Parts: sequence; C-alpha cells; structure tokens
Amino acid sequence: MLLSEANPAAGLFVLVPWIVFAPVIGLLINAFAGKRLGERGVGWVASLASGAAFLVSALQFYALTLHPEGAQVKIAEWIRIGQLSLDWTFRVDSLSVTMMLVVSGVGTLIHIYAIGYMHEDVRFKHDPARFPRFFVFLNLFIAAMMILVSADNYLMLFVGWEGVGLCSFLLIGFWYDLDTLGRSSWANSNAAKKAFITNRVGDFGFLIAGFLIFWYMGSFAFSEVFAAAPEVAKTHPWVITAITVFMLVGVAGKSAQIPLYVWLPDAMAGPTPVSALIHAATMVTAGVYLVTRSFPLFGLTHDGQYIVATVGAVTALFAATIAVGQYDIKKVLAYSTISQLGFMVAAVGMGAYVAGMFHLVTHAFFKALLFLSAGSVILGLERGHHHGHHAPSSPVLPPQGAGNSLSHGEIDRVKEEVFDPGDIRNMGGLRARMPVTFWVYLIGALALAGIFPLAGFWSKDEILLDAFLHYPHVYWLLTLAAFLTAFYMGRQVWMVFFGKARHEAAEHAQESPSVITIPLIILAALSAFGGFINLPFKGFHQFGYWLEHTLGAIEFPPFNFMVAGVSTVLALGAIALSWFLYQRKPLEHGQTDPLAKPLGLVFVGMEQKWFIDEAYQFLFVQPYRALASWLAQKVDWDFWHEWFHDSVLVKGFVTLARLLADPVDLGFIDRVSYWLSDAIRASAETLRKLQNGFVRSYALSVVLGVAAILGYLLLK
Amino acid sequence: MTITDFSVILPVTLLTAWASILLLAELFLPRAQRPFLALLAALGLALTLGISLAQSAQEFAPGFGGMVVRDGFSNFLNVLFLLTGLFGVALSYRYNQRAQIERGEYYPLLLFSVAGMMLMGQAADLIVVFLALELLSFPLYILSAFAYPRPQSEEAGLKYFLLGAFASGFVVYGIALTFGASGSTDLARIVASVAAGSANLPLLTAGAGLLLVGFGFKVAAVPFHMWTPDVYQGAPTSVTAFMAAGAKTAGFAALLRVFGAAFPALAADLSPLMAILAAVTMLFGNLIAVAQTDMKRMLAYSSIAQAGYLLMAFAPFEIEAARTMAVAGALFYLLAYTLASFGSWGVVIALEKDLDRHLSIGDFAGLARRSPWLAAAMTVFMLSLTGLPPTLGLVGKIYLFRAVIEGGMVWLAVIGALTSVVSAFYYLRIVVNMFMREGEPAVEREWWLEFAIGAAAVVTVVVSLWPFPLFEWAEWAVMKLF
Amino acid sequence: MLLEYAAIATMILVTALVAVIAVVLGSLFGPKRPHARKLLPYESGMTPIGPGTRRVPVRFYLIAVLFILFDIEIIFFLPWAIAFRELGWYGFWAMVVFNIPILIGFIYEWKKGGLEWE
Repeated sequence: MLLSEANPAAGLFVLVPWIVFAPVIGLLINAFAGKRLGERGVGWVASLASGAAFLVSALQFYALTLHPEGAQVKIAEWIRIGQLSLDWTFRVDSLSVTMMLVVSGVGTLIHIYAIGYMHEDVRFKHDPARFPRFFVFLNLFIAAMMILVSADNYLMLFVGWEGVGLCSFLLIGFWYDLDTLGRSSWANSNAAKKAFITNRVGDFGFLIAGFLIFWYMGSFAFSEVFAAAPEVAKTHPWVITAITVFMLVGVAGKSAQIPLYVWLPDAMAGPTPVSALIHAATMVTAGVYLVTRSFPLFGLTHDGQYIVATVGAVTALFAATIAVGQYDIKKVLAYSTISQLGFMVAAVGMGAYVAGMFHLVTHAFFKALLFLSAGSVILGLERGHHHGHHAPSSPVLPPQGAGNSLSHGEIDRVKEEVFDPGDIRNMGGLRARMPVTFWVYLIGALALAGIFPLAGFWSKDEILLDAFLHYPHVYWLLTLAAFLTAFYMGRQVWMVFFGKARHEAAEHAQESPSVITIPLIILAALSAFGGFINLPFKGFHQFGYWLEHTLGAIEFPPFNFMVAGVSTVLALGAIALSWFLYQRKPLEHGQTDPLAKPLGLVFVGMEQKWFIDEAYQFLFVQPYRALASWLAQKVDWDFWHEWFHDSVLVKGFVTLARLLADPVDLGFIDRVSYWLSDAIRASAETLRKLQNGFVRSYALSVVLGVAAILGYLLLK
Repeated sequence: MTITDFSVILPVTLLTAWASILLLAELFLPRAQRPFLALLAALGLALTLGISLAQSAQEFAPGFGGMVVRDGFSNFLNVLFLLTGLFGVALSYRYNQRAQIERGEYYPLLLFSVAGMMLMGQAADLIVVFLALELLSFPLYILSAFAYPRPQSEEAGLKYFLLGAFASGFVVYGIALTFGASGSTDLARIVASVAAGSANLPLLTAGAGLLLVGFGFKVAAVPFHMWTPDVYQGAPTSVTAFMAAGAKTAGFAALLRVFGAAFPALAADLSPLMAILAAVTMLFGNLIAVAQTDMKRMLAYSSIAQAGYLLMAFAPFEIEAARTMAVAGALFYLLAYTLASFGSWGVVIALEKDLDRHLSIGDFAGLARRSPWLAAAMTVFMLSLTGLPPTLGLVGKIYLFRAVIEGGMVWLAVIGALTSVVSAFYYLRIVVNMFMREGEPAVEREWWLEFAIGAAAVVTVVVSLWPFPLFEWAEWAVMKLF
Repeated sequence: MLLEYAAIATMILVTALVAVIAVVLGSLFGPKRPHARKLLPYESGMTPIGPGTRRVPVRFYLIAVLFILFDIEIIFFLPWAIAFRELGWYGFWAMVVFNIPILIGFIYEWKKGGLEWE
C-alpha cells in the first residue's frame, strides 16, 4: 500500500481483489434472488459482474503501464503451519493482467451472448427454471479463473485450478438429465464425469509437482520458488525435470494434450457459451499459463522443455487429423481447439513464451468467435426446425389424432430424437439465411487458418518461426497441422454456409437476435485486428515488450519470409483443396464424405477419432471396472462382509459374549456383587439394631467413644 | 470497649436483638397476623446478610480483647449461616401452618440459633465457643420438641437435649483441661504457650480429645451420632432441615476454628484420629443408610455419612501445604452440602402430606410424572450428595479427595470413594423410584418452598460448571486462619 | 495468718451451735404426735419412695427454673453492686444491657401466664 503514496495510479493495484469479489457478488445475487430478478435481470447482473471484473482488469492494465514492476496485494493470511507460510496474495504483473483482460473481456462478451442463447436454449430443453443457475455457474467460473491467473503462489493457483475444474464439471453437465440431442439420458452427465475424472489424473500430476516444489524449494510462493530453483537445479538437476514433467501431466489434463485430451470433445455437451468460454478461450489455456508462469523452472531443464514441446506438437497434428473426419460442428471446433492448444504448449515448451501467450490471446478471440457463431448456427437450425415442424404443411407432423394424446413438449421430444442441429450434414446454404453469422464465421475461420493479415496469421507464424529456428521436428509437425487446420475449416465453411440446404431445418433457419450477433461482431473485429498487438517487425513487438516486464529480456527473431510464405501457401492450398472436394460439387443429402473413398481406412480412423476412446475403454476403464467389481464382490462382500464381519467378528463376539455372560458374569461377577450387596444389607441390618432408641445406649456409645479417643491419645 | 468491638459482632448483635423484638412482637400480635412473623424473620436475616456482606470487604479485626474475631473465615460462614436461616424460614413457613405448629416462638428461636452459629464462626476464645455452642443448641432442643403434643417430637427434643447436655459436659471438661494445661482459653494464647513450651502437653491433648467429642456430637460423627436418626425423624421436618444444615456447619466451624487455630501443635496426634473418625463415620453412615426405608432416617444417616467426608478435611492437617486446601475444600463442601441437604429436605416437606405417617422411600414412586420439575431438582440433590456430575457435590468431593491424597492418606481417599459408591445405591434408589416406578404421590404446591428448592438446584448445577470463583473465595477465607 | 480465719471459724461454730440448740429444744419441749408421713425423709415435698418414672406437675419445674434465673441475675448483681463505683458508667451501661434480655424474658413469661399458679 506504500505504492499509493508514491503515485495515485499505483494505488489502483489495491483494487485487484475486486476481479474476484465482483463475480462473487454477482453469483450471490443471482443465487439468492435469481428467481425474482427474471431472465433479463439475471443476465445483466451476471454480465455487469463480469464487466466490473473487466473494468478492474483494465485499471490494473493502466496502472501497470505506469508502474511496470507491478505489485503483490495481500488481503489475508491463509496458512501458517510449521515452515509453511502462505498468504492470500494477488499478483499483478503483465502476464497476469494479460490473462485477466482476456478472461474478463471475452468472458463479458460471452455473458452477454449467453443472455440470448440461454433464453432460447432453456426453452428448447423445456426447463426455463434453470436459467439463473447457468449464470451463477458462469460467474463462479470467472471468479475461479481470476483466482487462478492472479495467484501469487502455487497453492492459490491450485485453488483456482480446481475451481475452474469444478465449474467445467457443473457446466458440461448443465443439462445433466439430457444428451446433446435433448433426449432424456445420462450422456451429458457422463461427459461431465469424464471431464472431471480425466482432470483428476492431471491434477494428481500437478499435486506431485507441487509437493516436489515444496519439498525442495521450501515454499509455494512464486518468487521464493523461482529464487531457490537455480540452487536446486545445481544440486538435484533431475528434480527440476521431474517437476516440469509432472506439471506437464497437469497441463495435459487441463489443456487437453495427449494423452488426457479425450474429455474435451465430450465437453461440448455443455451449452455453447460454455464451450466458447471455458473449453476454448480461457480455462483450457490455464495449462499454457501455468507453463509460462513457471518459466524460470522450465528454463532450467532442457529435457523438460523438449518433452513439453514434442507433446504439444504431436497433439496439434493428431487432433487436426481427427478434426478432418468430424461431422458435428462443435466437435470439429473442439478438435481444432485441442490442436491449437498443442500449438501453444509446443510454443511455451520451446521457450517461446511470447509466441505462446500471443497465440493464446488471438486464439481466445477467434475460437470464442467460432464457437459462438456455431452456437448461433445451431440456434438458427433449431429455430428452423421448430418453424418447419409447426408449419401446417409439414410432412413430418404426426396425425392430429395421435398428437392429441401427447402434450406439446412430448411431441417436440419425439421429433427431436431424429434431428441433430449440430450435424453439418444437415446444414448447407446458410450464407443467405444467416448473413451476419456467416461473415463473422468466415473471419474466424480465416483467422484460424492463418490467412494474412488476420490475427491467427501473426501468432501462428511466430510459433512456426521459433520452431523452425530451434526445434525442426516440431516445425514439421506444426506445419502439417496448420495445413490440416486450413483444410478442415475450409471443409466446414463450404459445407455449412455454401451449397444447398440438406435438411428442411436448414431451409427455414433464421438469423439470431442482436444480443447474440453484437458480441460476435466485436469478437470478429478482435479476430481480424488482434494480431497487430505484436507484429514481427523491429519496434512493433508491443506484446513482447509488455510481457518482458514479467518474463525478462526476450530475443525477437527477425521476420522470416520463407516460413510465413510456406505456411500461407499451404493454407491457401488447403482451402483450395477443400473447395475442390466440397464445393465444386456440393454434397447431397445422405452422400458420404468425398474423402472417404480416396483415404479409405485412414478416413475411418479420422472419423472414429483413431479409436482412442475405445482403446482407453479397453485399456483403463474395463480393467478398472473389473478390478472394482472384483474388490466389491470378492474383497468387500465375500471376504470383508461375509467372512470377516459375519463369521469372524460376529461369531467371535457372540462366543466371547456368551463366555463373558454365562461363566464370567453370571457365575462370578454377579455372584460376587450379590454376595457383596447381601453382605452390605446384612451388616446394615445388624448395625441398625444398635439403634435401639434408648438414650442410655446412645450415651453409652458416646462414653465408649470418649474412652477410645482418650485411650488412643494418651496411650499411643 | 470500642466501636470496633461492636462492629465485629454487629451481625450477631443485630440478629439477637431482632429475635428478641420478634419474641415481643409475637406477644402483642393478634393470632391472625402470625404469618407476618415469618416475613419479619426473613427480613431480619436478610438485613443481617446485607451487613455481613458489607463487612466482608473489611480486614481481619479482633474484638472484646480477643474474645471474638472477624476474618474471612467468619465472613464466609456468616453468609452461609444466614442463607441457612433464610432457607429455614422458606421451608418452615407453610409447613408449620400445615403441621399446626405455628407458634410464635418458632422464628425467634430460629434466629437465636442462627446467631449462635454466627458467634461460633467468630469465636476466638474457648469460652465464647462454649457460649455459641449453647446459644445455637438450646433453641434447637426446643424446636425439636416443637410439635408437642406429638410424642415423637417430644421424644426427639428430650433425647437431643439430654445427649446434647451430655456432650456439652465434655466440651466444658475439655475447655477446663485446656485451660489447665495452657493457662488460657484464648486460642492465640494457647498456641503461644505451646510454642513457648510452658504448656502441659498430655493434658492439652486430653483436652483436645474431649473437645473433639463435644463437637463430634454436634456434627454427628460416629460414634457420637446415635441421636441423629431419632431426632431427625421425630422433629418437625422444617426443623430437621435447618438442623441438618446449620448445626452441622456450626460444628465444623468450631472444629475448624479450634483445631485449626489452637491445636496445630497436636496435629501429629490428632490427624490420624480424625482420619479414623472420618473413615468410621463414612462407613457406618453409608452402610446403615442402605438399610433404611424411612425417608427421614435415610437422610439422617446420609447426613452422618456426609460428616465423614467433611472430617476428611482434618486428615492432612500435618502437611502445611495441604492444610489450606483442605479447609477451603471443607468450606466449599459445606456449601454444597447445605444446598443439597436443604433441597432434599425441602422435597420431603413438599411430599409430606400426612404428618403422622412417615414418608417412605416408596412414596417417591411416580414423582417424575406427577411433578417433573420437583423430581428433576431431587435428582440434582441426590447426584450432588453422591458426588456425581454436574453438581457442586462432585466438585467439593474432588477438592476434599485431592487434599487427602496430598496429605498422604490415600487409603482414606479410597474409603471415601468406595463408600461414595455404596451411597450411590441409596441415593439413586430415590431417583429410580421417581422416574421408573408408577405411583401417585401427593405433592404440596407452595411457592416459597418451590422457590427455595429451585434456587438450590440451579445453584448446585450452574456453579458446578464454573466453581473456581467460589473456591477462590473459600481459599481466601481460609488464608488468615492459620 | 490462721487468725484471719478466726472470725469464720467463730461464725461456723455459732451457727452450728444455734442449729443444734434449736433442734434439741424443739425435741425436748415440742409435742410428739408421730405420723407415717411425718416420719418420712424430707424430699422437698415429694414422696421419697415409689416408682422412678411417675408424673409430676410441670409447674413446679417452671417455678424452679424461674427462681434459678432470677437467682443467677442476683448473683451477677451482688459483685457488681460492690464494685459499682470503680466500674463507673461503663459498668452501669453494661448492667443495663445485661438486664434487657432478662427483662424481655420476664415480659414474655408474664404475658404467657407463666407467673399464674392456676
């Protein structure tokens, strides 16, 4: 707080706890008064809470431009046990503020978008009462994510880490009693459980990394850990590598890297704003942030960096291949997200933190945009489907007689069983009916594909350049992934927006309201121009200079026209190839994918996600289930319950009790106590007879007492 | 003779004067106004209590040439005795009307007796001790026979008087021997003469032994206890209640004062004797109480047994360090005993509908259903007398046992604990009767009585939860004694 | 020293002589009409022979106790009266205080009818 005396701007740092308080206040209001506020009120309270967090973040940004050294704001003592001494401290530096701005900025836009989206979604799912709950969870997520990014120590970071994991679980399973098609099922809650359990595996790694850090560095606070790290690296070099590798396990869980990425595609079961906010823009980048935050540790271990970079690059390519074979609009984007996270992890693994963070920011823009646009598309199709279904001429309408026996909602459910609004094979030709959505989607897709001069071009190019200079194998993997990225995005755009409608719902699709489209337009602008914060020319590395305050001096390689040229040419080639395959002769309803024939089994693999889920099912889930049922049946029931409890304990106890009861208790203890009480009674009766009522006897007793006392005193 | 002299005995004087005026007032009051006397008596006791409390802040002060003294000990006891008096009035008021013994002399006698007890606490000379002993005893003799022409009451009064006079004889004899041995009846001078070596020690020892007999009679220690059940049973229950608490406390006041202040030099001789007396009393009292079916006799033996526990306080007299703790523990236990004793006698009064029929233990059956609060209060008193939580009785016993163990007499503590277990048998039998047996006891609803019982029960439980300030007061009272 | 006791000895002698002379003169000159009751040993009016536990009128004891009470009062009064001048006002007030309880007792007794024989 001394800072505030020096400069009023630095006094703004003390406001930083409000990035957490604001969303917490919002969620409390909605949790307790949500029913009374109505949908609009709930939506605006939540959006304002998130917006307030953004405002505070912006103030931190302003303060930081004047005081680049940042601040640590302690608000409470947390843990004091032995040598463990932790405070609840917010860390304000250029890295954390970057994350704050992304989380609260994108988050606020998605909050606003969600007002419109959830308004319709809860109606399609026939449960409007759940509306406030969604925004409570969303605010909770913002609060947890803010704790994560503003933490000053690993334990506080872990609190946020687990908090966002919880929110992810809650929101994936938001429609816990339905599946993605709105049918009554536990599919969504299974997806939530899958995400949660997979993340537990990753968290286990993170925890071990944390224990190692505390064991060898004696602290959880970033500054102390990083100060102690070089010494530990000299004495126990393997420790740093172990920490980074275990941290990578945590990163693989949270940021969906091989081998723990499997939960993210399933997480698309959550409402689309959730997919955009949590499973594309912010939470899944926590792993990238963690690596960047721990850069002094990674800088000390070449092995650790190599492993991280390789895992990221392999994930980028692997996920891209799967994305090529998907038909669900959100699944494609989900695998794309895994792939792009692979780019980021590879970047930070290589030590290219600026490139990684840069891509994180731009990706947050265009992937949020793509998801939200996809949500808009899905809603458009839902509306079209609804509209077509209610048209009197509709051939799918059931006979009136049958309809009478069914309630309105039941008819909808019956029909929805056969219609998937997220399947791109049901779309086509939406360009005309949803023009705003088309244009913003196009910008997002081109940005993701890396087309000059959109945001994705600059950030992806910087990663490729770093890889080209230092890790050739990473460069080749990522370049190939970039090619596939452009291809599957091209495929998607052609199939969704061009050609002709392959389903009546697509024919009747309607544009979304402005509460949905305005955030899309803002995000589209950010996706288009976001790259200019860090142009690869001398003097234009604004983002790099900004992060230098946190990460230390950074070397910026000069712009390489060869790398940029190759990636641009490949991207354009991929788009052309996709045009050739999907637009030259637009797909008909029910036609198989044109790639299926030339690629054969390879396409089957892509389409079936390389059978990884099945392999995991076989390798882990089934053995685990077998073990669990064996433990439950054999160990717990047969051995523990039947044999140990019923035979050993109960029978033994009964035997012992009988032994104690008959010979010991009745035979001995009772007899003794009866004898004792009889003896007491008998002696009492005897003594009682002394009390004969005659004063002379009483006086005699006194005299005897006197004699005894005097006798004792005088003769002793 | 100075103002200080009078200030020292101001409470006693006031109470005596008040009792005298009450006696005259009774003569001139019409019969219908008799209940007014109880109120006046209570007023006098309350007034004296106020003065005693006001004086309790003052320091040690001797009066009348060292004949009497006012110190922490006497202050503590004055408060206790006056509370005893107030309890006595509360328990007597309606009972006397029911028993048709509402004679005007009752309350003056009660007040005289309380004055005698207070004088006992303040006595610093054996002559005053004797005077106080007689002042407190004579009204009790009369009160015991107060229910004449009921033969049991007359018998009780006569027995008490004869045996009391007999015991007083031993006190006088003891005083005479002590005077002969040390040349003084002043407690401080007796100590001084022993210290100077001018005292005749065997004679002094014999004197102390005889005094012990006299006081032992008052506190109903075995083998001087024989009068207790007969008198307790025969006397009107309101008198018994007052006697059981007040006379016993006064006897212990005399024992603590005389043996603590005058005979510390004889501790080596006396403390084993006291220990034996305590052990015998505990054993006898508890054992015989088990065989009792009459409620009043049972409580009489219980009070004998309680005297045994209190006598334990004299066992560690040889050990300087344990002595203070022991006497403080005894004072504390006296308070606990006073509350529990009054409470249980109060419950007996509430149940005693037919005064010519003795109340038996079986008459308590079904009380919990008929009158749950009364049963709960009785349970508290029984627990307190047994020494079970959460009551003052437990705390008091802990203090006493600790003092005994610190005094090195573990065997005595063991006997105390074992006899406590025996006592649980007859105390808890009442509780069992009240809660687990069916019955239709007749209960008198009397406001003052219920108030007294309730207050005793609440204090017994509540103070036991945080007894330390009370014990500190007792310790402070004892400090100046030695 | 023994001479100091001569007066006392003389007094004892004289009183003894008077008593003996009175008894002797009475038996010499008095009329003799023997009677069973008259021949009994003197026991203050009670029958000296008979069962130990028999009823006696309680009034007798009441009078006796009252007599002892005032007797004791007088015993206290006598030495006080002799030393009255030396004790001064202090002695005077002390005796007043001593008298008040006895006075109260006297009033009580009187009012309760303790002084009436019938």
